[in-house]
Amino acid sequence: MTVADSWTWKRPSVIPGFGITFGFSMAYLSLIVLIPLGALIVRSASLGWDEYWRLALDPRTLAALRTSFGASLIAAAINAVFGLILAWVLVRYRFAGKSVIDAMIDLPFALPTAVAGIALSALYAPTGWFGALVEPLGITIAYTPAGIVVALVFVGLPFVVRTVQPVLADLDRELEEAAATLGARRLQTIFRVILPPLVPAILTGFALALARAIGEYGSVIFIAGNLPYVSEIAPLLIVIRLEEFNYAAATAVASMMLAISFTMLLLINLIQAWSRRRFGHAV
Amino acid sequence: MDIRIANVRKEFDRFAALHGVSLDIRSGELIALLGPSGSGKTTLLRLIAGLEQPTEGAVYFGDEDASRLDVQERNVGFVFQSYALFKHMTVADNIGFGLTVRPRATRPPAAAIRKRASDLLDLVQLAGLEKRFPSQLSGGQRQRVALARALAIEPRVLLLDEPFGALDAKVRRELRHWLRALHEQTGHTTVFVTHDQEEALELADRVVVMSQGRIEQVGTPDEIYDRPVSSFVFSFIGEACELPVTVSQGQVSFDGSPIDIRAVDIVDGPARLLMRPSGVEVVTARPGGIAGDIVSIRRSGGWRRVELDVGVGRHRIEVELPVDAAAELAGRLHFLPRHWQVFPGA
Amino acid sequence: MPSERRRVELPTSESAAVRMLLIAIAVLFFGLFLVLPLVLVFAEALRGGAAGFVKAIVDPEAQAAIHLTLLIAAISVPANMIFGIAAAWAIAKHDFKGKSFVITLIDLPFSVSPVVAGLVYVLLFGAQGYFGSWLSAHGIEIIFAVPGIVLATIFVTFPFVARELIPLMQEQGTGDEEAALSLGASGFKTFWYVTLPNVKWALLYGVLLCNARAMGEFGAVAVVSGKIRGLTNTMPLHVEILYNEYAFTAAFAVASLLALLALFTLAVKALLEWRYGDQIAAGSGRH
Repeated sequence: MTVADSWTWKRPSVIPGFGITFGFSMAYLSLIVLIPLGALIVRSASLGWDEYWRLALDPRTLAALRTSFGASLIAAAINAVFGLILAWVLVRYRFAGKSVIDAMIDLPFALPTAVAGIALSALYAPTGWFGALVEPLGITIAYTPAGIVVALVFVGLPFVVRTVQPVLADLDRELEEAAATLGARRLQTIFRVILPPLVPAILTGFALALARAIGEYGSVIFIAGNLPYVSEIAPLLIVIRLEEFNYAAATAVASMMLAISFTMLLLINLIQAWSRRRFGHAV
Repeated sequence: MDIRIANVRKEFDRFAALHGVSLDIRSGELIALLGPSGSGKTTLLRLIAGLEQPTEGAVYFGDEDASRLDVQERNVGFVFQSYALFKHMTVADNIGFGLTVRPRATRPPAAAIRKRASDLLDLVQLAGLEKRFPSQLSGGQRQRVALARALAIEPRVLLLDEPFGALDAKVRRELRHWLRALHEQTGHTTVFVTHDQEEALELADRVVVMSQGRIEQVGTPDEIYDRPVSSFVFSFIGEACELPVTVSQGQVSFDGSPIDIRAVDIVDGPARLLMRPSGVEVVTARPGGIAGDIVSIRRSGGWRRVELDVGVGRHRIEVELPVDAAAELAGRLHFLPRHWQVFPGA
Repeated sequence: MPSERRRVELPTSESAAVRMLLIAIAVLFFGLFLVLPLVLVFAEALRGGAAGFVKAIVDPEAQAAIHLTLLIAAISVPANMIFGIAAAWAIAKHDFKGKSFVITLIDLPFSVSPVVAGLVYVLLFGAQGYFGSWLSAHGIEIIFAVPGIVLATIFVTFPFVARELIPLMQEQGTGDEEAALSLGASGFKTFWYVTLPNVKWALLYGVLLCNARAMGEFGAVAVVSGKIRGLTNTMPLHVEILYNEYAFTAAFAVASLLALLALFTLAVKALLEWRYGDQIAAGSGRH
């Protein structure tokens, strides 16, 4: 142990500029993110225990949270399955148009949510290109909870693909060959040898898509129908309460959503820690 | 299990990795495929395993044409260079994998699989590590777990790709002895790939030397070392230095003067004299010997390595002499090769 | 007789039928959720012909929205770029305790709903907010005005640049900087001539993503803007208003401009990844 190892908070370094860059970053982070989020928490606390729970447990609030959470879970699950297939196809197979698909996967990150919202709404409306196809089958997508799921599948689509892709590409082919020489059929190899190491990546992608979906607003409101108790999502309810100048109710819903965000963040970090322990790398 | 490789040719995207290779492997034999990288040795091993399909030719296990079998049906134990252990499974689950994935009808009960895993861990001297994960093992331990996993399915043949490649020198030597002992204990037909001639000569019953997709020579370590059939084998199997010579009715001449070496069965004309640096004898100046100007003398372990410029063409060669023999050397050295071979051609 | 030989599949691949099926599923899913909506945007935008399209774009309110959107991006993107560079320098080139916690804090805006992001500024600066009465007494407007939109946009695009730079700069270590400093370069010169060239493509990449999101942000901006036409209406908000007024062609015309921006961003991103893939750190694509 040398003297240099006995640092307490910051390891001494010859590289200058730590003080100013760290100070500026923390000040900026506090002003833009931490203090405003803190204001939300303080505001919720100032409502008082009884008032807070009265607002939070309001049936319409609970219904909106349930709609948000339920639709997000379904959408994230759909994305987990199809995202895995997309990642698999992009990593393992060669086919025409593959590089275009690979580049376009990130479209939901780049396309403004309002644009996605009106496009999906027009597409899946009963008169839309796709809506008209399924209308005769008695299926209505737009302006129902199914519409919410469609929009959330769109916004969450890249997450699973992008978390699984690099892990799958790095997976040693010899693992599959080893399984084959030991007598495993291809399906057994896929389920026992290939998929388990992908689980942390799939879970991380799922959690990221879920976190994004729960907070999503722009792409959903055009296609959802926004019927209270049926197809009204929690972020929309915040906007409605704000427009009614009911700040207390808006704050209560927002604080619950913030709590969900923190929980999701914790969950993702736990998945990463587990992955690092078991597979030696984060996702 | 006898294995017969008949005229196997393998192409990857028009590039021929193997050109019509034939080889018979006898039951219970320990065979080394030896060659530099790109010689096709790993491709040959993978063809035996069924991880690749031959472009032409066939592989027989006994009388059965194994080319008709999927890799799953061949029942081969393959140990990969990187071991390819399943990171998410414990050591016991790794070893039991081949039994676990069998169809229900032939799958042993779970307790029997566990018992087999423990027995194999005993065999590879890792008793008690059942519950560990691969990441908690050292390189040598991983390699032995990989071997135990391959043995668990009672393979018809055991195939090892550079089994000691990723280990440090000391562990390599230990595992080498251990593998030889294990082979004698279990008697599996075993083929291993290596680029290390010392490893091949020490471990194998027979060595297959390969170069550029062809088999150069097959033989016991003695045959390979003492009677290499080509200059490639001679220089690959150990250190070699080379002088251009001419052959006339069995008489070998260097720079126009005959030397005390006779090469029968070599056609007249230019030829190459290959010798082992350690296989030269210092002689007094006389006709029939070879002379060179000493460029440098360096101590190397129990030997002295002497660099010489030989002949009119000043061919730079290196010989190894006992420490005392080389002590009083200066200026010019006269020597005769004792361990040598002449190959036709320039 | 080789011709009689059973076709043996390679052990590490699926049968051709399974491959085709999986590719078909992937392409179908991709087409249904990504391609069709995009195609529809342009089809609807051009439904009224080129004239209708141009009319929707040159409309004064649309022009005001475009200008406002450009202004917002011109403020918030450089702000987050400076923050991203400073944070990456402090975090990636120095060692201190609690580093991963700080990184988590920087990522925080990704997991906060945009609506909540807008709301927190209303709670601070709105009429009923903590600073509301003080601000109105001094005649300063933040909420329902441009500053509020800028703040909300900065919040939601906060992590983009930092997120691209930190992993890459961590991976590159401090060897180059130490060499430059030992040769007598000043701290700033070291950054300018050594660090920056090493990360320029990743920086561009982060700035592009940041910009796409800044111009397209909807939820957070909707909450703080008040949607005053010609004044606090950004392009996405203008799209919403037109759409709700059933001016579909006009709505899609403005939307198509934003879609073009998205496609441009993706094209540059693909180009950067293809050309400089090794100089852009892994771990992107979490936004």
